[in-house]
Amino acid sequence: MHRYILKRLLLMIPTLLGVAVLVFLMLRVAPGDIVELKYAGTGTFAPREAIERERAEFGLDKPLWQQFMSWTWGIVRFDFGNSMWTGQPVIHEIAIRLELSLQLALMATLVAISLSIPLGALAALKQDTWIDYAVRIFSIAGLSIPSFWLGILIILGFLIIFRWLPPLTFTSFWVDPKANLTQLIWPALAVGYRYSAVATRMTRSAVLEVLREDYIRTARAKGLWERVVLVRHALKNAMLPVITIIGLEFAFLVGGLVVTEQVFNLNGIGMLFVESIAQRDYMIVQTLVLLISFVFIFVNFLVDLINACLDPRIRYQ
Amino acid sequence: MRTSKKVSLNLCRAMVLMISLVPPVFQATAQAAEKEKPRTGGELVFAVGGTPPSFDGHRETTFAMLHPVSPHYSTLLRFDLLNYPKIIGDVAESWQISKDGLTYTFKLRRGIKFHDGSLLTSKDVQATYEKIIFPPKGVASARQASYAVVDKIETPDVYTVVFRLKHPSTSFLANMASPWNYIYKADILAKDPRWYEKNVMGSGPFVFVEHVPGSHWVGKKNPNYFIKGRPYLDGYRAVFIRDTAPRVAAIRSGQALIEFRGFSPAARDDIVKALGNKVVVQESSWICNLTVVINNEKKPFSDPRVRRALTLAVDRWEGSKALSKISLMKYVGGLFRPGSEFATPEAELIKLAGYGKNIEASRKEARRLLKEAGVPEGFSFTLKNRNIKEPYEYTGVFLIDQWRRIGLNVSHVQQEGGPYFNDFRQGNYDAGVDFNCDFMDEPDLQLVKLLSSDKSPLNYARYKDRVLDDLYEKQGRAANLKERLKLLRQFEKRVLDEQAYQFHVLWWQKINPHWAKVKGFKNVPSHYFMHLGDIWLSE
Repeated sequence: MHRYILKRLLLMIPTLLGVAVLVFLMLRVAPGDIVELKYAGTGTFAPREAIERERAEFGLDKPLWQQFMSWTWGIVRFDFGNSMWTGQPVIHEIAIRLELSLQLALMATLVAISLSIPLGALAALKQDTWIDYAVRIFSIAGLSIPSFWLGILIILGFLIIFRWLPPLTFTSFWVDPKANLTQLIWPALAVGYRYSAVATRMTRSAVLEVLREDYIRTARAKGLWERVVLVRHALKNAMLPVITIIGLEFAFLVGGLVVTEQVFNLNGIGMLFVESIAQRDYMIVQTLVLLISFVFIFVNFLVDLINACLDPRIRYQ
Repeated sequence: MRTSKKVSLNLCRAMVLMISLVPPVFQATAQAAEKEKPRTGGELVFAVGGTPPSFDGHRETTFAMLHPVSPHYSTLLRFDLLNYPKIIGDVAESWQISKDGLTYTFKLRRGIKFHDGSLLTSKDVQATYEKIIFPPKGVASARQASYAVVDKIETPDVYTVVFRLKHPSTSFLANMASPWNYIYKADILAKDPRWYEKNVMGSGPFVFVEHVPGSHWVGKKNPNYFIKGRPYLDGYRAVFIRDTAPRVAAIRSGQALIEFRGFSPAARDDIVKALGNKVVVQESSWICNLTVVINNEKKPFSDPRVRRALTLAVDRWEGSKALSKISLMKYVGGLFRPGSEFATPEAELIKLAGYGKNIEASRKEARRLLKEAGVPEGFSFTLKNRNIKEPYEYTGVFLIDQWRRIGLNVSHVQQEGGPYFNDFRQGNYDAGVDFNCDFMDEPDLQLVKLLSSDKSPLNYARYKDRVLDDLYEKQGRAANLKERLKLLRQFEKRVLDEQAYQFHVLWWQKINPHWAKVKGFKNVPSHYFMHLGDIWLSE
């Protein structure tokens, strides 16, 4: 097992390096220049010398290989450079948004897990009854309704009925838990609902499949309590694909909630990502792509570890 | 509350003469007649539709920096927003202009303190303007070119600053009231000329408290502000809300009381419908316009007849009626904002290509010109535009429809900012929609994009015209307004009519709905201004 973990950890390095090369080159190929955007973006006259001076300041006048080496050498030293748009350290720009994004992803995941596993299992156990139909309607609706649209409905509902809106600015949970939750619970519900729909359907089909396995029949034939059959034998084995889905969705949520962040005016990683791409802020985009790739790789790694714990066959392989 | 009361802005004699010819500059302001005694206290929460890149006014070009950061700073002069465009002193107490127009002497107020308690002196003003006009290596100054006329800056004593010019300039004094020219501390600039990009140390009405990037900016009252009794507010909080829908929702819910930039007509109606008499709407024209930029190097657009046909086809008068209901586009004007002292009166304007009121005759002439230039019926080209709905997309659709009526088949290519500017810069386009926004009505600013492309990198139309360059120089040194207007009319006729290098579509309308309890704010035709020192909350 230790060897397996070490191997997986070491594999992260070439993967991240590949991501770094790709994102670096793709950004340079994309048309648009950050300095032009900064000046021309508001239609203000800027002399050519000022534009060239600023390009030189960002090192954009150097050959590509030099720019790449300088960036990667910085990463090795945990120096991710400064934002080309704000001049602030990239780490600072990301850190203040990461807390919100991680918390929102966690809250949405909690909402999803707390809804999907009981509902999915229940639907499987009560297959083709009104309970199953109700759960299926609930999950299909969740898949069909985009999170941002649900978010807009929530916002409009609050505005029209209560003339109230969740707080506009983020307060850390550790500073004021009430203000924090008042702001984040609504987007967490909007996102968590869609997320739970995916997981509910996966749980239902996985449990149904497992319930038809020979070992379940054997367990029942042995006279085990139905509860033990379900929890220890059926659910434990059915969780493998569900955990994979939950893990992937969580990684997506960290950087992929752009529209939901816009609707609720959340200062998260998704918005930073989109703005930085629009502004051609290479330093931020490169670091964010690396960060999100790392989150994906790491979450996948954790999912594999959990799966290995749940299913000894994976360990032995 | 929306009122129908029209309040004219007493710009100057010229505008008074024109007031019957142009749309009202200010409408629906209940506050002009306000005589209430200002109340002190409270925190003003306002929305900002963007985020500040850096905090340095000298290098930035976006309102998203000005709105949260300006309350910390003073400028040498400033526009009196209650009587715009009147110029008043800010840190300057008085000023004198020599008879030859080459020397401007400013006397500073005494006892002005920076927020760290140090005195603001002429050395600080000198260091500030030297950074703007003669920036050290590695320091960006976005408006350096606007002060190219300055030869040197002297400080004969602690409270006197003298600017010596290379030649007289009609726009110099107004440029000294630029909202971007924050007065910085000389000692700090001497140690690090880029310190102000990431830090704040001013002498304005509010002291810096907190900035959370992408989220909000907070300031508190400066108890030592040099204007006694100001500011009225205890503090302010600028909340960054990039998208329109959440910004409207923030105003509707009362979490933000005002947004200083401006909303679309639909957003205004939404807010008014929801809040009724709790909200006041102030409207004015805006020193912003959209222009059609034509690639003068590309055939058939290198032919002035084709460019002229393009502008002749656009029915600005009817377009104004339709577009103003759904977008920011509203006022028909030439190179200068309708209502400004430089604007061409309607009687003259309608003689220019594309401004005539008989659109059928204009389009007939456009078709004739196209035929004469050998452009076939159904000729196809692309119109490049930004992928921003308001007002770009509306305008693009409008233009394509107008050109369809003279037998042109135009495709709309919408792009995000990066590729859009890149294509413009490299001449990779047929025609495009460009924009221009300024803080004051000043030909030196408004014409700069129209100069030869080797003189102005922001002239994307890619033409060189020394006649225009010469007219530009002459108008900037004109001895009086009459002479200047004459030169400006020649410039305008050459750009819009004779050569039709590029042309304006419509000028924008600025719509500011805000909570009625926000007092002391008066809408002016530029979104670069908001003086929080004058604003107060009635409850």
